[in-house]
Amino acid sequence: MSDLMRRVTEFLAAHDPAATDRWEFLRARFDAGLARIDWPQGLGGLGASPAEQAAVDAAFAAAGAPNNRPALGIIGLGMASPAILRHGTSKQQQRLLRPLWTGEEIWCQLFSEPGAGSDLASLATRAVRDGDDWVVNGQKVWTSLAQFARRAILVTRTDPNVPKHEGLTYFVLDMKAPGVEVRPLRQITGESEFNEVFLTDVRIPDADRLGAVGEGWAVAMTTLMSERTTIGGGHSPRNAMVAPLMNTWRSRPELRTAGLHERVLELWVQAEASRVAGVRRRQAQAAGRPGPEGSAAKLSFSELNQRITAVETELLGAEGLRYADWRPERAPEGTVPAANRRYLRSRGNSIEGGTSEILRNIIAERVLGLPPEVRVDKDIAWKDLPR
Amino acid sequence: MSVVDPVMPDLLESEVEADLRSTVRTLLEKRASPAEVLRRTESDEPVDRALWAALIEVGITGLAVPEKLGGAGASWREAAVVGEELGRALAPVPYLGHSMAVAALLAVGDEDLLPELAAGERTATLAVSFSTMPGSASVGTTSVADARTADVLLVPAGTGASAELIAVEASTATITPVISLDMTRPLADIDIDASGGGRVVARGQAACAAVDHALRIGAMLLAAEQVGIADRVLEMTVAYLKERRQFGRIIGSYQVLKHRCADLWVALTQARAVARYAAVCAATDADDLSVAIALAKAHCGPAALRTAEEGVQLHGGIGFTWEHPAHLYLKRAAADAIALGSADRHKATLATLVDIPGPG
Repeated sequence: MSDLMRRVTEFLAAHDPAATDRWEFLRARFDAGLARIDWPQGLGGLGASPAEQAAVDAAFAAAGAPNNRPALGIIGLGMASPAILRHGTSKQQQRLLRPLWTGEEIWCQLFSEPGAGSDLASLATRAVRDGDDWVVNGQKVWTSLAQFARRAILVTRTDPNVPKHEGLTYFVLDMKAPGVEVRPLRQITGESEFNEVFLTDVRIPDADRLGAVGEGWAVAMTTLMSERTTIGGGHSPRNAMVAPLMNTWRSRPELRTAGLHERVLELWVQAEASRVAGVRRRQAQAAGRPGPEGSAAKLSFSELNQRITAVETELLGAEGLRYADWRPERAPEGTVPAANRRYLRSRGNSIEGGTSEILRNIIAERVLGLPPEVRVDKDIAWKDLPR
Repeated sequence: MSVVDPVMPDLLESEVEADLRSTVRTLLEKRASPAEVLRRTESDEPVDRALWAALIEVGITGLAVPEKLGGAGASWREAAVVGEELGRALAPVPYLGHSMAVAALLAVGDEDLLPELAAGERTATLAVSFSTMPGSASVGTTSVADARTADVLLVPAGTGASAELIAVEASTATITPVISLDMTRPLADIDIDASGGGRVVARGQAACAAVDHALRIGAMLLAAEQVGIADRVLEMTVAYLKERRQFGRIIGSYQVLKHRCADLWVALTQARAVARYAAVCAATDADDLSVAIALAKAHCGPAALRTAEEGVQLHGGIGFTWEHPAHLYLKRAAADAIALGSADRHKATLATLVDIPGPG
């Protein structure tokens, strides 16, 4: 048994999951350095390689330990924490990382705006210095989990007189602060999965700034690179992506046609190729050779999921014509929505977390070294850009 | 039927493999430049025997053969690395046919011919039509790959219990060269004199299994070759897009061209992973080998062909000329997409292997 797994065993012996309060247990796990083993010592980790994290999580799960509800913590864990670890002060790290990891504080991400999606650096939400505070005004959009979030990562414009990438500053926002208003946004499926967030004279203490004034773009980049790995990089067993389609195909022979058979076989091949490439990418990462394949994974996942759910909807025929429910309530967690609802939802896969067009630009420019897009806005002050 | 999630083996390249790749690539860059490959396609001797001898020196013919039979005691993993590099260069050498013959003899445990083939003292090929799908009952002997330079032909004869695998001296057979679509891999029709000798190396079920194994190893090596083709064409194409100007701009700055290259790169990334998976499964004779090979052929063939087609298109007029190597890659990719079973036929195999039955 490795030293690490011995620590896990000792921890579980000292903190019986059945007899310990949920939050107390999670806080103790964090303090023991067994939350995220690759995080630094004193900040939930041991400064170890992340290779054994899965084994640690499995051991905790097997012992019946409470988890930190990763589905609700996805923005905090996947996007806020890398930014805090890389750019936060020691005080900020001490204060923010534990409740983030335990799930006591849910996070959301206030980046996109109605006028700034793919062109994130053109955002208009203003932050103006006022003594020890900043005063923030603006509107954000596509904010997942905002209705549950206690904290947000927020990019604002602090200097409109310099080119767009240079005038940005990054903050941690208390979502309970006066002036923060969350409004659900109804989407193509009928559900409200995302929100609009309106910020009116919201005061943020300067102590909650992450990184230097005017250097928000670098912090945002740390966040977004992590986002792409999170969205495209999950571990998946063979058939995971095509499982619902395969179940219907195998159990309903009366629905099968020759043309759909061709398409189903092709989708199985492409999904499996994408999965094996993902395995290879993770092996390379674990071996300390991270590659640029994360963008490829996100790109192929988006397109495949759209094609798979389209074929599934078509296969269902008459059933595909009927929709379960257009009301805005979200389906309960853990249920698999109907094929046509997943088809509609999949339209967002190629837009959220970097559009497929932007990802292709990234691959072409950063991996293949092709010339960058012609930029007309690079050296012009943000306030002078046409809008 | 296997729908169980297989445990994924290590798909990364070892140091030994990286060294082998670099040795083979350096040799090919010196000896098999695109101009040299083109020149040879128009000569009377389409196979570069001197290059083949140099590659034998490096040890490529014995990689998968155990040391006690005169091989290097490595595995098909290393052989796949060689296959990829030969594909990148379109090297005019009979590696694929020779490797299939070696695979057939390994399957029957032959100790007579293998040491010579492993050492490269003699060259062999499997005398079956190059389009034969692994698992086919009937194999035919028209359009056989790598027959013209073979010293020995491994010929499957008969079916079922009366099946035989016979080692025939090439000098006793009638080998008629045909003009191949793929100018860099010569094909020939073979006539075996029914009364003319040869040594039976396996009979019955063992003979059929050996041929099938050889075809599967061939398909695995072909997938590696297809990765090499796609890799080299994309590299060449991107280099061209960075240098060619139109309308006052480097044409590689046009988004529509960049996006096409990005899509090719995504397909290549996946092709590399699935070809690698097939090679590792072949090296370990894994339970998932049949699925891995069908997957690799179903994905890598179309990926290489599409890259070669895009390569011609993105080079514009120059890509349509005889002097530019783009057409050699297109021809190889188009032939490879048929060889050892088309993507469609491998998908039909998958339908059975992973339980995706057709209608009716």
